[in-house]
Amino acid sequence: MTLALITSILAVTIRAGTSLVFATIGEIYTERSGVLNLGLEGTMLMGAVSGFAAAYHTGSLWWGVLVAMAVGGLMALIHAVLTVSLRADQTVSGLTLTIFGTGLSSFLGQRLGPAGKPLVGLVGPRFERLPIPGLSDLPVVGRALFQQDLLVYVMFIFVPLAALYLYRTRPGLHLRAVGESPETADAEGIDVYRTRYLYTIIGGMLVGLGGAHLSLSYTPGWSENLTGGRGWIAVALVIFATWDPGRAVLGALVFGGINAIQFRMQAAGTTIPAAFLGMLPYAFTILVLVLITWLESVRKRVGAPAALGLPYVRGERKS
Amino acid sequence: MTLRDVSRIRLERRLERSRAAAFAIPLLSLILASVFGGILLTLAGANPFETYRAMLVGAFGSRYAISETFVKAIPLMLAGLGVSIAFRMLFWNIGAEGQLAMGAFAAAGTALFIVPHIPPGLALPLVIVAGFVAGAAWGIIPALLKAWVGVNEIITTLMMNYIAILWIEYLFYGPWKDPQGYGFPGTAEFPAVAWLPRLANTRVHLGLLIAIVAAAFIWLVLSRTKWGYEIRVIGENPVAARYAGISTARNIILVMLLSAGLAGLVGMAEVAGVSHRLQKGVTVGYGYTAIIVAWLAKLNPWAVLVVAFLLAGLLVGGDQIQITMGLPASMALVLQGIILFLVLGGEILTQYRIRLARPAPAPRPTDAEGAPS
Repeated sequence: MTLALITSILAVTIRAGTSLVFATIGEIYTERSGVLNLGLEGTMLMGAVSGFAAAYHTGSLWWGVLVAMAVGGLMALIHAVLTVSLRADQTVSGLTLTIFGTGLSSFLGQRLGPAGKPLVGLVGPRFERLPIPGLSDLPVVGRALFQQDLLVYVMFIFVPLAALYLYRTRPGLHLRAVGESPETADAEGIDVYRTRYLYTIIGGMLVGLGGAHLSLSYTPGWSENLTGGRGWIAVALVIFATWDPGRAVLGALVFGGINAIQFRMQAAGTTIPAAFLGMLPYAFTILVLVLITWLESVRKRVGAPAALGLPYVRGERKS
Repeated sequence: MTLRDVSRIRLERRLERSRAAAFAIPLLSLILASVFGGILLTLAGANPFETYRAMLVGAFGSRYAISETFVKAIPLMLAGLGVSIAFRMLFWNIGAEGQLAMGAFAAAGTALFIVPHIPPGLALPLVIVAGFVAGAAWGIIPALLKAWVGVNEIITTLMMNYIAILWIEYLFYGPWKDPQGYGFPGTAEFPAVAWLPRLANTRVHLGLLIAIVAAAFIWLVLSRTKWGYEIRVIGENPVAARYAGISTARNIILVMLLSAGLAGLVGMAEVAGVSHRLQKGVTVGYGYTAIIVAWLAKLNPWAVLVVAFLLAGLLVGGDQIQITMGLPASMALVLQGIILFLVLGGEILTQYRIRLARPAPAPRPTDAEGAPS
């Protein structure tokens, strides 16, 4: 492989992985508080459609991003009310959120265009590539890392901050405590309900942001089921990352890489049918999940927060 | 209402399950969902009353409409039964969509390439069996991974949906495409001996009978057999099941064979009973709606049949408003989601009373940072 090819694959890898990084870290925060949100696919679709619609009508990318994040947070709020306050089953609530978001995004996509027309096929503003002077001239890494769009740079800064917050700050400690042992956290004076609400909503906002990166940069525009399972892949990546923001990046890059190679092969006119190439990310997710689960069981180490998926009832003993 | 107010909602356990609440909640959910849907329709510039009327008439307003609702109810019944038996033991089979795609693939392959070479009497049984077996085979993979390695089945079943759908699309866009099909994505029509018989002059087919038999079978298994007892124990108390020496791994595999097999029958019934070819539009989300069906029916097999029929009405009504009023059919999906949200949220009222806690003390400075208001 030539250097130019490697560089271009790397560049696409990072661009393709960005939405996954945001969504995966969002879900890591949510799950760290003990709430499993399987509504990512629906939330991401809602973020993508609302972000694109807002950017299209206002002409401002920032409105697009803000609206996508707000809508993501609202979707997550539904889940929080149902599971934290009303103690509904987290799995079923999350699945419903995905079905609801898939339907509503499709509905909105056919209505939010100019004069109630569909959004499909419209061209709106998009995040253009923004080479960073100096750094972008470096060989290989320059083009791969520093000739990206603004949201990718935001991600570069966001990831270390997200890890730092989780492991090195007091609120981060509280978050982890609530997910590991809500009873203890409660006894320490941490409001378990409030914490779970907060990080479920923050998680949803990040998933919405991931959706916005899809519709405003990676595949600009809106089409039904634009995310193509990325929300679910993010759920899998949380397990792959063993609930660690740093490792989430690694996972997202691997998947971005598969996307990049898939495009590259298609562009190069391979004889492998496109459908088979299209299966790669999904097959790979299964493969990776099997490997990780197997490794974890061999090491007898479970990375999941101990209280994940369990409703917290103040003052009631666990049965 | 701010985040602080919402997080103040507290619940008190009722001494016994409220019968009144158990009855009123589904009803209230339906009414509230209609109100929310109505708001959405109004925002979309449609008259909600007219729209709902069009949906009702479209789904239940004539003999033809009801027969079409049955046609859509059959896949929801079978898939709903399939996922509900898996949900019974808290095995989250979200893969009915992929399993039905594989069932459709095997049924189509059998009808197109094997049926012409065998006695006509064998055609139909073979097509049906092929659909069941292919669905079960696709479903056994995540079951084995869960039973042996402990891999999260939600993700594996879901990822396999995408793979199965891409696989059948590859077939009917590619090697299996009908050369006389004028470029339409689909296989050639199956030989007539491989079609499921239909009721009188409607499109309602044998699948309805299969669904009713399947419901009876599942009901019998769950209420009258040791296997059913084991399934219920695993679902209600996995720890007790382990102490009682019930093999979770064995039950996961057996239940998934049945669950995915039923989903495979959905695909078989769609191609052999409705379209008579494998074509675009086999996978339209029945596998996902089945999850809603199963949950609304509280996993009871007889209730699955009823709920499937009602939700099928919603789907047919959704198609109607698309045709007659130009409103997106995805409205039906949105309404389904809202109904289930409300039922999920309302469920707790059968066991708890809601009250607001006293206002919490002033926020600690570390907690307040970054709180959205």
